[in-house]
Amino acid sequence: MRSGRSGTRAANLPAAVLVFILLVFWQASAMKLDAAYILPSPTQILRKLYELRGPLFTAHLPATMRVVGISLAISVVLGAGLAVLMEESEACAHALYPLVIASQTIPTTALAPLFVLWFGYSVWSKVLVSVLFTFFPITITVYDGFRSVRTEMKELMFTFGASRAQVFFKLKVPAVLPAFFSAMKMAVPLSVVGAAIGEWLGAQSGLGYFSRRMMTQLDGAGVFAPVILLSASALILTGIVAVLERWFVYWRGDV
Amino acid sequence: MTAKEETLLAGEGEPCALEFRDVRFQYDSEDFSIIDRLSFRVRKGEFVSVIGASGCGKSTVFRLVNRLLVPAEGTILVNGEPVTGKNQCCGYMPQQDLLFPWRTVAENVRLPMEIRGTFTMEEMERKTEEALRSVGLDGWGNKAPKELSGGMRQRAAFARTLLTGQDLLLLDEPFSALDYLTRVSMREWLLKQWEKERKTVLFITHDVEEAIFLSTRILAAEASPVTHLRSVDVPLPYPRTIKSLAEPEAIRLKEALIGLLRRQERADRPQDDAAGGGAS
Repeated sequence: MRSGRSGTRAANLPAAVLVFILLVFWQASAMKLDAAYILPSPTQILRKLYELRGPLFTAHLPATMRVVGISLAISVVLGAGLAVLMEESEACAHALYPLVIASQTIPTTALAPLFVLWFGYSVWSKVLVSVLFTFFPITITVYDGFRSVRTEMKELMFTFGASRAQVFFKLKVPAVLPAFFSAMKMAVPLSVVGAAIGEWLGAQSGLGYFSRRMMTQLDGAGVFAPVILLSASALILTGIVAVLERWFVYWRGDV
Repeated sequence: MTAKEETLLAGEGEPCALEFRDVRFQYDSEDFSIIDRLSFRVRKGEFVSVIGASGCGKSTVFRLVNRLLVPAEGTILVNGEPVTGKNQCCGYMPQQDLLFPWRTVAENVRLPMEIRGTFTMEEMERKTEEALRSVGLDGWGNKAPKELSGGMRQRAAFARTLLTGQDLLLLDEPFSALDYLTRVSMREWLLKQWEKERKTVLFITHDVEEAIFLSTRILAAEASPVTHLRSVDVPLPYPRTIKSLAEPEAIRLKEALIGLLRRQERADRPQDDAAGGGAS
């Protein structure tokens, strides 16, 4: 395990170097262009982030995180719930699978203004956008996880005389955990993006809303500052999921 | 030999460990019955190997006993009781160990008891410990399955099979995935276990030598579809060692059985070709 992790760290080095080079290039071109409303430099963005730390960290970040939290909770219950339904009932699978796929053809961003009409500027219009982004990868990945539980293991449980519930809790649930965590690692950044888009389209607070307001003031650095915060929070949340995964799925890759 | 055996069986008062009566089974995807009016018996305490070419239906026989498949016709009796309804009647050990990686070795071994749900935690722990000791895995209970070697994993799987509490054990090529040396020592180990536990064992293998080494009796699937199993007694005394296979009887028996299986192979091939030609 330890060697694996230090291995990843070494593997991350080229990426870090590349990011650094890109930042230097960005800084140089922004300084040459010298038009912060079009292309703010990284240092300008960081300075802006510091200047606006009050409203950003006390009002807008918590507002967005609230949307992210609620939509992740709903997406996990809805996504995993649908996957369980489809796994345990073939009729449900036939009925739901096409609907779940079809839900992804909805251009959520285009419909979002309608959500604002339905729910007003409340948290729920953003939650709806975010959930529509998020539940799909959870449902599909967890469902595929269930599908790939080894038939031989299910048969072995049957020969022990296991009931359906025992097969579910003693075999399927643990076996599907790796897929569930993969799904969460996809879902977390999507929920942050979804929340930001929801706020962009109609809100009174939140990082997406703040970024848009800075746009109207032609404050380039002010547009970027909350975006940086959005990315950072998505990274941190994904990191937390990865830690939880290592904790719960200590046996990953042993099947 | 078969007639003598029939009278011997008829004379016995106690029911057979396993009996097939005119069992027929057909897969949905096939237009013939792979098992057709098959009858055979296994006495209590016997070690019986089922041999046959791959795909001849010997695994199907197993899946019928452990109710993964349901016969179209006929009756299967275990200890004189027809196998129907909910209750399992045999301990099944599959080809792969199928130890769950999220459970420790001990947790894997006690799984059948957990599922039956009639044991207290202390009983389960005591029985698990006993079973692990009996298969030589004393002190390995808290390890993850991946920390065990292939042979040790199979022994853990065998301990798990024992803890189903059944007297009839179905072992489906349990050593086929192991390397040769491990396989040889696992065979000797299994014989010792059988002599100790006095269970009835039905063992599938495609390895004629393995069948001769282990069994009191061999059931050979001569033809596919399986309409009968030819019963051949193995005239070697127990305890057996790897040297037993060098006895003249063992060598004669091996040649006879291989001849039998190859006849089937030859009989099958032209038939396949004819069917292929007819279809095109």
